[in-house]
Amino acid sequence: MSIFSRLAEKSWENPGNRGLVDPQDYRPDAVTVGVYVYFGVATIVFTLMAAAYLVRQGMDTLMDHGIDGSDWVAMPEPALLWINTGVLVASSLAFELARLSARDGADERMATMTKLGGLLGLAFLVGQLILWRQFQAQGFFLAANPANAFFYLLTAAHGLHLAGGLFACGRTVGLMSGGAEERRVRRNVRLCAIYWHFFLGVWALLVALLVTT
Amino acid sequence: MPLAIAIAALVVGSVLFHLVSPWWQTPIASNWTSIDSALDVTLWICGLAFVVLNLFLANAVWRYRHRPGHKAHYEPENATLEKRLTFWTGIGIIGMLAPGLTAWDKYVTVPEDAAMVEAVGQQWQWSFRYPGPDGVLGAAGVMHITPENTLGLDPTDPFGRDDILVEAGEMHLPVGKPVKMVLRSKDVLHDFYVPEFRAKMDLVPGIVTYFWMTPTVAGNFEILCAELCGVGHHEMRGAVVVEDQEAFDEWQAGQITFGEVLAQASPASRYAMFATADVCIGTNNWSNP
Amino acid sequence: MATTLADDLKPLHHPKTWIGKYVWSQDHKVIAVQYGVTAIAIGLVALVLSVLMRLQLGFPGSVPWIQPENYLQYVSMHGMIMVVYLLTALLLGGFGNYLIPLMVGARDMVFPYVNMLSYWVYLLSVIVLVIGFFVPGGPTGAGWTLYPPQAITEGTPGYSWGIVTMLVSLAIFIIAFTMGGLNYVTTVLQARCKGMTLMRMPLSVWGIFTASIMGLLAFPALFVAAIMMLLDHLAGTSFFMPTLFSFGQTTDTVGGNPILFQHLFWFFGHPEVYIVALPAFGIVSDLISVHARRNIFGYRMMVWAIVIIGGLSFLVWAHHMYVSGMNPYFGFFFAISTLVIAIPTAIKVYNWLLTLWRGDIHLRVPMLFAIAFIFTFIHGGLTGLFLGNVSVDVPLSDTYFVVGHFHMVMGVSPVLVIFGAIYHWYPKMTGRMWNKTLGQMHFWLTFLGTYAIYMPMHYIGILGVPRRYFALGETAFIPDSVALANAGITIAAIVVFLAQGLFFFNMIWSLFRGPKADPNPWGAASLEWQTPDTPPVHGNWGPKLPTVYRWAYDYSVPRPERDFIPQNEPPA
Repeated sequence: MSIFSRLAEKSWENPGNRGLVDPQDYRPDAVTVGVYVYFGVATIVFTLMAAAYLVRQGMDTLMDHGIDGSDWVAMPEPALLWINTGVLVASSLAFELARLSARDGADERMATMTKLGGLLGLAFLVGQLILWRQFQAQGFFLAANPANAFFYLLTAAHGLHLAGGLFACGRTVGLMSGGAEERRVRRNVRLCAIYWHFFLGVWALLVALLVTT
Repeated sequence: MPLAIAIAALVVGSVLFHLVSPWWQTPIASNWTSIDSALDVTLWICGLAFVVLNLFLANAVWRYRHRPGHKAHYEPENATLEKRLTFWTGIGIIGMLAPGLTAWDKYVTVPEDAAMVEAVGQQWQWSFRYPGPDGVLGAAGVMHITPENTLGLDPTDPFGRDDILVEAGEMHLPVGKPVKMVLRSKDVLHDFYVPEFRAKMDLVPGIVTYFWMTPTVAGNFEILCAELCGVGHHEMRGAVVVEDQEAFDEWQAGQITFGEVLAQASPASRYAMFATADVCIGTNNWSNP
Repeated sequence: MATTLADDLKPLHHPKTWIGKYVWSQDHKVIAVQYGVTAIAIGLVALVLSVLMRLQLGFPGSVPWIQPENYLQYVSMHGMIMVVYLLTALLLGGFGNYLIPLMVGARDMVFPYVNMLSYWVYLLSVIVLVIGFFVPGGPTGAGWTLYPPQAITEGTPGYSWGIVTMLVSLAIFIIAFTMGGLNYVTTVLQARCKGMTLMRMPLSVWGIFTASIMGLLAFPALFVAAIMMLLDHLAGTSFFMPTLFSFGQTTDTVGGNPILFQHLFWFFGHPEVYIVALPAFGIVSDLISVHARRNIFGYRMMVWAIVIIGGLSFLVWAHHMYVSGMNPYFGFFFAISTLVIAIPTAIKVYNWLLTLWRGDIHLRVPMLFAIAFIFTFIHGGLTGLFLGNVSVDVPLSDTYFVVGHFHMVMGVSPVLVIFGAIYHWYPKMTGRMWNKTLGQMHFWLTFLGTYAIYMPMHYIGILGVPRRYFALGETAFIPDSVALANAGITIAAIVVFLAQGLFFFNMIWSLFRGPKADPNPWGAASLEWQTPDTPPVHGNWGPKLPTVYRWAYDYSVPRPERDFIPQNEPPA
């Protein structure tokens, strides 16, 4: 039933439950729903930061506000940025393989791929830290320029989300070795994979933003 | 039952309060009668809705109060009625928007012949600048501020030399001439607010804002700040004197120009002024000389 | 996919000790009370601040230690506490927590542990907020809008430390809210009992659900703005800070955009109005329906209106910024979107009125508050049209008209609903009944008193008296009668303030001495009144989850002649 027809239901007619399915038979479980709802929150967080980035960069000159965007000096794009991006792609791929294995019931491959994905995720975060230190060493300080400030802000927000994901991934690996319910483990692996894809997408948009401006 | 009476009494009381209240808009002293009439239209439509809806409420509470044997009527919805109500609400909304947007269209369209006057806010006082004979305000910015150049005019901009500076907190305007008020702030947000003019606009540091109006009544008016700007917010006052063109010209002739300020400045302070113009170009890290 | 995670088979965490039951509790009802008590406690602080402000305004100089900086601090903290820490926390954290699982037929929130965490993080945010009163320089005095540059610039009280605690506290609050909000939304989406279709949910749930989604999407804007301002203040970045010449010093900041902050703030701030209003709309709909013994009129329209208002409220934020110096052409769009949102709002008002029409109105204390809400909301909603109608806003912005308007629409109105709701659900929550006479006295003093406070403010505002003024001083256009009005308003405010003592006495006294309440004293059809125990125990429903067979509004159904039919009663 589409959401619109459900919202058009005249619920005062026909009391009773004829034709209604038990909700337990069709609903995704709570954690999955919760993660999807959180994607909404994350989308708005990064959208707003990106919007602020564009406004601050000097969109205002278009609006005849007299603000001169000339203080904006774009950050360079060192090779490490692309290496990190590659690592994150690989991490996401590993999680995708883990998800497929979970779907097919190949538990061993699922475990390996989850661990691999998590390690690559960790490598990405370490790479990001190195990137920060590289920038610091080159004098791209937080307060020196709004472009720098936004770079640190956006990468920090993204990194914190991935760190949270790594925590969940670590718990899932713990569940596997702890011999938890199969169904729960597989669900968690699936959610980790979706989460990773989502934040890979966010990262792609952030890189696009940093590169094009 | 007392509730129905109370609500009806509040409606009647509110209307009476409106009629006898000593507080209403100050006598208008600018061209913005269109704002006042948009307000009047909004007031009539909203006032009507207020009276009708609340009397209906009082009536319903009275008529359908619980009594033994009384029973509620079962009616889940009435689509026709709801559509009709939506339609009439829409009409009311359009009725308010039309004068509101028309007035706004005028508000954002500055007439070609409007004279420029700049008001500069700082915690917690007003200063003003007139463009002088060339009709152009010279470039300015807070980075040019020095003890002698308090409004931060760019000393290298030739258009700024004939600008007339007024720091007494009192500005003059000729009656009947449209004026574009150009607004700058040195420090925080302020808002140029003269109740009798109806118009107002925030002063935002870093950018230049504006609004326009035509003063229509000669007299003295008070400038207030209408955007919280710190502990002195309530004491940030200025004055506008609206007078005929002759008196205005005479007053303006008695004010000092930026060129005169430069000429009178000691060599050291003149050097300081020009230094700001050199240092600030293209760098974001400079200190007050 | 079959799952057992959320329903009957899931073992509930049943604590054994008193501390586990009432302090580190994962029971949504206990968390609701914790949220409610904390929110009301900090709300009382804000209430006292408002009385101090009124003393200064009504009788200038009567309290010698209220200086301009104190006054601005009271203004700022009063506003922020009331909007965020009281209303948002009480309506969503308090009522949302209590009502959602009971009304949709769930045992608890879907993530009870996260729910508990949400409360403790909220408490932390309140503690940080209170610390702000004791840091050097005191709390921030930048107004609840916290506009930069003044919020972090000399000349504003609390510009060095107070603003930091404020922003940190807000960031913590938003984390707490996000945890709570995820729970509320997911519980409604995922844990409704069998038969509880979306359109069988009571409007309270619809209001809280929509407001929670809006909170999840709106609070991030404040979060981002708070972090950016903290960086500007502590790390020297220039997100919002242009070059300033302040107190004889030129700052190092360059090129920042103060209006950017305002956009972010109001992208949160306007939906926030509806985050407070929608739960109140929902709850009041249920109160009116129950006590008028009549189904809510036009239920579907009411649901759609809630959803449409929720969506539209993200498109109107810049109506707070008509004279902020933003591109003036935005005014056209935002005036239209703002006045369009009045249409679904008006439909809600019509439907409340039409629910009363041909009803069987029992004027019990909760219903008194609900009907008073309709009156104050009509008043506050209509004055909003003045401020939304762009050019009319120009003379009125930042005057007492604005103060009167928003206190009417999002101060008095939701608070009346909150009182009504507390009186309404108190018997279910505590198993005891409050004192009727005290309740009525509380109602009359609050309703008439608040109208006496805010009605005259509109007129003073139309006259042009600016807000956030410590003193009006000698101002030519302000006649002496305004001082008289201010004194009268202050006296009314003190009466209303004292009248709240009746409420607190009634609630606390009845908790111990009140007569035992009937499990369903109002004859309500919705699910929360059908619990096997009163007050409901942990797990809510005994051994088996309820099944729902009808919508929540089967009152006075003609065939069979029944005053009400509970939602979980099967059809004959």
